[in-house]
Amino acid sequence: MKNPWKDLFKNPLIENPLNQPSEHSRRKFLFKVAVLLNGAVGAVLAVPVLGYLLGPVFKRNDSYNHWVPVGNLEQFPPGETRLGRYRNPEGTPADGQTRTLPCWVRNIDNTQFQVFAINCAHMDCPVHWFPQSKLFMCPCHGGVYYQDGAVAAGPPPRGLYQYKYKVAGNQLMIWAGELPTLSTQASVAKPGSKTCLG
Amino acid sequence: MSGIKQKSLELYRWFDRRLGLAKPITEAAEHPIPKSSASWWYVFGSAAAMIFGLQIVTGILLALVYTPTARDAWNSLNFLNHGMELGWFLRALHGWGSDFMVAIVIIHMTQVFMFGSYKFPRELTWIVGVFLLLLTLGMAFTGQVLRFDQDAYWGLGIGAAIMGRVPWIGGELVHSMLGGPIIGATTFSRFFALHVFVIPGILIALVAVHVWMVLYLGVSEWPMPGRLVRRSTYIQEYEADIQKDGVPFVPDAAWKDVAFSVAIILAIMACAFFFGPIGPSGPPDPTIIQTAPKPDLPFLWIYAVFALAPPALETPLLLIMPIVVICAMLGLPLYAGEGEKHWSRRPVAVLMVAVIAVSLSILTSLGQHPPWSPVMDAWSGDVVQPKYLKGRTPLQRQGALVFQQMQCRNCHALDGLGGQRGPDLDMVATRLSESELIRQVLQGGGNMPAYGSALSPPQVTALVSFLETLNGNERPAQNDVHRLMRSESAHSAGESQ
Repeated sequence: MKNPWKDLFKNPLIENPLNQPSEHSRRKFLFKVAVLLNGAVGAVLAVPVLGYLLGPVFKRNDSYNHWVPVGNLEQFPPGETRLGRYRNPEGTPADGQTRTLPCWVRNIDNTQFQVFAINCAHMDCPVHWFPQSKLFMCPCHGGVYYQDGAVAAGPPPRGLYQYKYKVAGNQLMIWAGELPTLSTQASVAKPGSKTCLG
Repeated sequence: MSGIKQKSLELYRWFDRRLGLAKPITEAAEHPIPKSSASWWYVFGSAAAMIFGLQIVTGILLALVYTPTARDAWNSLNFLNHGMELGWFLRALHGWGSDFMVAIVIIHMTQVFMFGSYKFPRELTWIVGVFLLLLTLGMAFTGQVLRFDQDAYWGLGIGAAIMGRVPWIGGELVHSMLGGPIIGATTFSRFFALHVFVIPGILIALVAVHVWMVLYLGVSEWPMPGRLVRRSTYIQEYEADIQKDGVPFVPDAAWKDVAFSVAIILAIMACAFFFGPIGPSGPPDPTIIQTAPKPDLPFLWIYAVFALAPPALETPLLLIMPIVVICAMLGLPLYAGEGEKHWSRRPVAVLMVAVIAVSLSILTSLGQHPPWSPVMDAWSGDVVQPKYLKGRTPLQRQGALVFQQMQCRNCHALDGLGGQRGPDLDMVATRLSESELIRQVLQGGGNMPAYGSALSPPQVTALVSFLETLNGNERPAQNDVHRLMRSESAHSAGESQ
């Protein structure tokens, strides 16, 4: 009785110690085809992997931002600058404490406001407001800004970032959702919006 | 007794018949090295590997308790510190181990550079080593993020701000670093993945390659002045050395490696025991802005560069310098792969090491007590010594109040207390005349904000009259002429009215 599996487990090198060239080249060809197939599958697999990895990167600018409330108008008396808090519009419970974000709200005359990002334009450290000297000071590298957000001293390359705002009923809303940096500032303050004050 | 010995020998043989590792391991351990390199100067690489091992073990042990989410990480660190038996000690070992690892890797690199060991045929060993240094720094930075406290939170902001300065693709880089538009859960998780899976995986692989090359090429010989490395003859010379007075790595050199590693591990244990775990500082709540974020020790010098570089140079410095430095380090063995190894014949190399070491030390120590940062609570917290108030007029005392209330103290020290962003004012009246003081207060300048809109005229008068008393009992201000001119012009103005 012939074992049908016998040929399958035959070691060609033992059976054919001379390793004839014709057989050799066929194996080589098959190996190359296999490698090529592997490469093709890898390339196909790379598409969803890269899509997953780069998903947050290539989202359309500004699509992160939403109108979010920073508080009731009574919290921001005219002529003063107060800390406002808003929720990251795309946040999740897993964000924990990082979900609530601060900003500085300056009520100029009850009709005009300026809403500044907390982040210094130099290295994104949190700036503090000092109502007595009417200055924002940054604890990191000594950036200082006037009350309208303009640079007063130190290394910042521009004034404080500003958010677009609107008053909806009794609430002050800002257009926010993105960490402002020198590259991502445009989505914070669009030209022609109400924010072009200082 | 001999029965047990016989049994264990049999067991060993059973395994080695199947593993076959005894021979290559013995050969590697006993591979001959030049007698001159069985030196205390050659122990830093193995010490770095030993600390890496310690970091892996302590890291896994911490991961048994640590909760890797943005929401819970800070709480679980506090639980480790206070609620978990010896959790504080494990955290301290891991934290101090990190600082030691960065230090030892840098010392190892400096030694290899000074001894010219990166030259032919060990160029690639050096290049892999450069990547190992970068990965070690990557571990230090991502580890700092996993200590998810205030500093970590704002440190991520600083990282994003640097990315945001890259032209054209800055926004994309910020989003890919943060895993989204803003610092949050996904930001944290990707740093966790980097710190625990990606970077350690690459590190282990590259350490294996690095060690393999050391075994394959042999340990570099002690450099001799005048003995040049030439591609054509080096291998024969090295082989001849080994033939002449080679010694087996184990035990002739290895005992020093082991002894030094033990000393380093003991030092880490001592630091962990006496100084305790590093942080966490305040919770990662961005609405708590009473914070002065600072990076960990290995990055303090970068923090100092940000503050001290001229603003116009900052972005090019930030973006181009790292690339230049890394390319220079990678290209070094390809450019200088032959020639002198001994430091006494390489003055430029010695000078470079000295300049870099001194600069990094100065920048790091400046970063520890940054003189460029305003002291945010000096205005409300720092004492005004009686000597500044005794025997002063009500107006001058009022000026001292204005000085404190307007946060001048945050940037200007009195009696050594206060910010150092601006000059100390103990002797300001000897430097500036009354009119110069008024101008400086109102218009600012020289990196000082203008206070013209924040101060009322009576406040300015009071402030300046206080500042005029600050002459340290030396010759009162050189401003007689100015005052004379001012009173004259006031006089003539009065006349003309």
